[in-house]
This record gives sequence, structure tokens and C-alpha cells, in this order.
Amino acid sequence: MHEMALTQDLVALITENCAGRRVTRVVLEVGKLAAVVPDAFRFCFELCAEGTPAEGAELEIIELQGRAVCRECRQESAPNSPFDPCPCGSHALQFLAGEELKLKEVEVMQCA
Amino acid sequence: MCVTCGCDDPNALPMAHTHGPKTHTVRLEHALLSKNQRLADQNRAWLAARSCVAFNLMGSPGAGKTALLEAIVRRAPELAISVIEGDQATERDAERIRQAGCRAIQINTGTGCHLDARSVAHGLTTLAPEQGSRIVLENVGNLVCPALFDLGEAARIVVLSVTEGDDKPLKYPHMFRACDALVLNKIDLLPYVDFNVERALGYARDLNPQLLAFSVSATRAEGLEPLCAWLGSVARPRESA
Repeated sequence: MHEMALTQDLVALITENCAGRRVTRVVLEVGKLAAVVPDAFRFCFELCAEGTPAEGAELEIIELQGRAVCRECRQESAPNSPFDPCPCGSHALQFLAGEELKLKEVEVMQCA
Repeated sequence: MCVTCGCDDPNALPMAHTHGPKTHTVRLEHALLSKNQRLADQNRAWLAARSCVAFNLMGSPGAGKTALLEAIVRRAPELAISVIEGDQATERDAERIRQAGCRAIQINTGTGCHLDARSVAHGLTTLAPEQGSRIVLENVGNLVCPALFDLGEAARIVVLSVTEGDDKPLKYPHMFRACDALVLNKIDLLPYVDFNVERALGYARDLNPQLLAFSVSATRAEGLEPLCAWLGSVARPRESA
């Protein structure tokens, strides 16, 4: 359950960057080939955000498409998970995109 | 401070100013693993300053990571290995390694399922390895989480035992993609289990064509020479991910 450790880092990053402002929304980019489970992030976020400026913030997770090229047939494909083989059946995939794990932006409250 | 929006206006009582429906978006584009990566790079620099080389040793619980280390320490004292042991609980593994004849310290991760660069930084300071020595960071037994966390190692090793099944690389692809070397352990048990070595290595090399492979029996001290020679030859830290 490494998502807990990653979520602790996520909340620390938010706290460092929001200058004490209350955070209303957090946007996270997660590649489909990254070794993390979005639902586990959602579960951990609520726990980790408690008592920080991100408490109660909405967590939006944007899943990024995976892209890979097969070392055997040279075909490009779009695997939906790190376990998917190439359409030709081979597992010799080189990942080109989809391993991202990034805090994209946060929305903070503003005084009128 | 205003308790509603968190602004630092010293006169701002909760009711003294209002909060618009508007929010402000802060673009960050910050990699989540960057903090661990920064600390791992610091570990790498700390090790380089002492001409030390570290290995990140991973594998399932029971694959034989500690037994392999005991066998290596006994076989190749010239490698001057010292060890940081990572387990959820107990000092048992560090104790085993010390009895095999080398310095070892234990990190207990508690509920944590992997070593991270911060815990290893503390561990390295406590271990205080000798100039020019080799350090093995034995990770928590787990084929998933440790693959994501750079510790500052020069090379990554995964131990797979023949009692685990030859399709493990397909089930845990991240680990086999992330490693530089695969140690196939417990080969003395091959006659008794349904494990196809060629198939296992084929799956692993599909994922990672550069993967080195060594076949050993740690408990019988078989096949250790090529592995020890490689451990002694790794000189340069791997580039950070």
C-alpha cells in the first residue's frame, strides 16, 4: 500500500505550496501504467489531509492514457494497465507514456 | 489569520471580510516522487563521496534475500559488504547477517511496506560504512511497493525463488522492469517443483531485455561466484530515474 506514503508526500507538497490558504480542489495526474491505484489515493487522501489546509478538498484524478511500443512486432498500442500485452500477444512492451504521477494544480480559496 | 480562507490578514475576523465564489488556481506540475528522488540523489552523493556502492535487494517474503546475503558474506569477504535490513518488525535479519560475519543495522518500517530514501539516509549515518565498501539495502519483502522508491543505489536486484512460480514476472511487471539483475534462488529444489527456468527468464527479459540473471542456491552455496564477481564489478551509480 505505497499509495499511503505517496499521499503523505502529496499532502506535504500541497501544504508547502498553498501559503496557508484553504485548498478547495486538488488535481492529480496518474498514468494508467503507473504502479498506483487511483481509488487507494482517494481513500488515503481523506485521512492524510485531515488537519491540513487540504482537509475537505475535492480530489480530482486525471488518468493519462498509456502508450507503448512492442519490441517484437514494433507496433504501437495503448495499454490500459501495466499488465496488458501487445495486441500481438507479446509482453515485450517498452512504455512511451503513462507512468506519470504528478500534482498538477490546486485551487485555493480567495477573499472577496 | 482568517479561519475560513487561511489568508494572513492580521485583522481578518471570520465575519470581517467575505469570500467570493472565485477561487485561485495554483499550477504546480510537481512529480509526487520528487521528494524521495531528491533524498535518493543525496544518498547517492553521500555514497559517492565515500567511494561506496549500494545495492537495493528486493523480492517476495521468503524468496531467500537474507539467506542469499549470508551466503555472499561468507563466500566473498573481500567485497567488504555491510547491510541495512528493512523489515516491518524485529531485529532478526540484522542478527542473522551479523552472525554471518558482517556489520548490519536494522530499520523497522512499522506499517510501511517499503524502504524509502529518508529511512535509508538515517540508516547510512548509523551504519557509517567504511570508505570504498559495498552496502546492501535489503528491502521489505514485497514485489510491488519497493519498485517505486529510489534509495540511492547503484543497482537493483530482485530475488525470485523457484518455489514461487515461473510467471511472477508477468504478475509483478514493475519490479522486473525496475531491476538490473535477477537472482533465481533455491535452484536445488528444481527437481521437486513445477518451475520452468527458461520460461521465467523469458518473461522477465520480455519486460526488461537488459536484465542480468544469476541462478543460485543460497542454502547450498551454489552458483555464487558469477554473482559475487558482478557485485564486485558494479562501480558507477545508476542514473537517477
